[in-house]
Amino acid sequence: MIVFRYDKTFEGLLTALFDAYSRREFPDRLLTTDEPLPLFADRAHTVVTDAARSARAWTGLEKKLTQPVCAMLMHVWLSELPASDELLFRYMCKAINAPASIATDFADPDVLAVKQIAAKVSKERERLIQFVRFQKTACELYFAPVSPIYNALPLAVPHFADRFAGQQWLIYDVKRQYGYYYDMQTAIEVTLDNNEHLLGGSLDQTLMAADETLFQSLWKDYTRSLTIRERLNPKLQRQHMPRRFWRFLPEKN
Amino acid sequence: MNEQIQYKLTILAESAKYDVSCSSSGTTRKHRPGMTGSAEGWGICHSFTEDGRCVSLLKIMLSNNCIYDCAYCVNRRSNDIRRATLAVNELIELTLEFYRRNYIEGLFLSSGILRNADYTMERMVRVIKELRVIHRYNGYIHMKSIPGASRELVNEAGLYADRLSVNIEISKDENLRMLAPEKNHQSIFKPMFYIQQGVLASADERKRFRYAPRFAPAGQSTQMIVGATGESDKDILRLSTALYQRPSMKRVYYSGYIPVNTNDPRLPALKQVPLVRENRLYQADWLMRFYGFRADEIVDDASPNLDLEIDPKLAWALRHAEAFPVDLQKADPALILRVPGIGLKSAQLIVASRRHGHITVQTLAKMGVVMKKARYFITCRELPLLTVNELHPDEVRRALTEKKPSRKAADPNQLSILFPE
Ligand code: SF4
Repeated sequence: MIVFRYDKTFEGLLTALFDAYSRREFPDRLLTTDEPLPLFADRAHTVVTDAARSARAWTGLEKKLTQPVCAMLMHVWLSELPASDELLFRYMCKAINAPASIATDFADPDVLAVKQIAAKVSKERERLIQFVRFQKTACELYFAPVSPIYNALPLAVPHFADRFAGQQWLIYDVKRQYGYYYDMQTAIEVTLDNNEHLLGGSLDQTLMAADETLFQSLWKDYTRSLTIRERLNPKLQRQHMPRRFWRFLPEKN
Repeated sequence: MNEQIQYKLTILAESAKYDVSCSSSGTTRKHRPGMTGSAEGWGICHSFTEDGRCVSLLKIMLSNNCIYDCAYCVNRRSNDIRRATLAVNELIELTLEFYRRNYIEGLFLSSGILRNADYTMERMVRVIKELRVIHRYNGYIHMKSIPGASRELVNEAGLYADRLSVNIEISKDENLRMLAPEKNHQSIFKPMFYIQQGVLASADERKRFRYAPRFAPAGQSTQMIVGATGESDKDILRLSTALYQRPSMKRVYYSGYIPVNTNDPRLPALKQVPLVRENRLYQADWLMRFYGFRADEIVDDASPNLDLEIDPKLAWALRHAEAFPVDLQKADPALILRVPGIGLKSAQLIVASRRHGHITVQTLAKMGVVMKKARYFITCRELPLLTVNELHPDEVRRALTEKKPSRKAADPNQLSILFPE
């Protein structure tokens, strides 16, 4: 068995792909640099992440694959699912080796898996777009904590930058402890040092704009008045709006 | 903004909630500098109420005062309910504040009829005009046009709204007149026609002048109440088909009659909202819009009502055993779409991947095909040849409707797919 070890970054994965082709040696497993080698490892190569080599690998893929497929690969990476890197690696090798496009060969389990995982991540992006709730602070910053199962926030940022271009906002992934701040020009990635008080979901009263509580309760009353009692269907509600989002929704608190 | 507005908001949302449409789809508009918001073509739902319905828009009435007396409506003048009217600036502030917090995609404005149709319509138009012109609001707007409103006001509304709608409510004119003495089909079809003309005229102008104003770019929609009067599903679906043939008609909604006015002798005494029938109508509507079915294939004189026990696609397949089995490897995509258990997405996957080689039963299941149903209607190398023809349609029906005793009895009120968007 051949093992490659790398730093678990997307650049690192692409460097590994580059290395595999230049060494003509293809890994059966991809491990992190600090994971112990499995018992049956015959050979191990440690990948040194390199911007130039990874860029060349990506350009090579871009030539072979259509833009939507490249986007799909990015989605799979952001899924952070165990072994999704090995799946991507196999997919990329197959795409490079095949004479014709493999993108629609869904009878191949890897091709189908890539499509399905990408769809799940894309769904999570959609759910962020649906369920982000901004709280207005006293200094006119709109703040929203989120906690997606996949690392989908970067995929949703362009939507928010377009829609809320006229206001300053900060969307913060409290699970991964990073977020994006938008200053009415661009969205930049930020990490807050002192963030314990934000992790709970709701801003501290002292930081809120004067009318923030009012609008939260108006929204809550509104969604309640809208419910048709004769048609109650909490299961359907949960199916569309999974419980894990509730802690950030004013209408559910 | 205070308790007063809280009071009005709850009353006017209560009054608006029976309109089932909450869709914000149909317009894509990027943010423009100096304006607030954008519109996404895919119709984002920002919340779901406990009845499982999508909340996309701030669906609210300008006023729930009404001079009409429609039997099926909570707001009719003869009802003793709390009444409220929002001021134009209150409504605008609510919309903008909700919008900036990502609670909503936009506004869905309707109203009871104050004084007369045009008076009401004028006030509604003022709200959406101010939102657009003064507040530079660029999000979604759906406005209900009042039956009997003049062409001038409909035309003005079309300049600011993304979607306009006029609800038919009752699919036969004589039944509508019986329940809503102040209304008739003509008073509804007229504004519908104005909207259609506006949409077509603007599309035409925009071909010549790129910056000609848009008119209700997301078209129009309508709603029919199901189960308040005696119409059959055939009557309803035939009207839907006719409506969908009109150029600007995007959606017909079906709303299971909710007995809001229980003591009115003109209305049936229903124990339960006809949710299953409503769901079957949506499925039929879906088949007509996306699966290439015609209304007369779904319901006809022999069976004018949809089968409540099985979905309309399976019902069609069981009536047409001769069309099966379908060879997924070779069949025309249109035929694959007719196989029960195969949806739009899985049909696409099948057609895309069959060029690469043979499709197995396992792959089909992974592609999302419901094999439990599909197996009776397809041929596949790994399946024993036991299709609807070897068995018998009745037997397949029994196999598919049999209740499994081990599973918890499902509550018929809790359907898992209502209101497909
Ligand atoms: S006109 Fe509209 S609001 Fe008035 S009673 Fe009829 S349906 Fe209700």
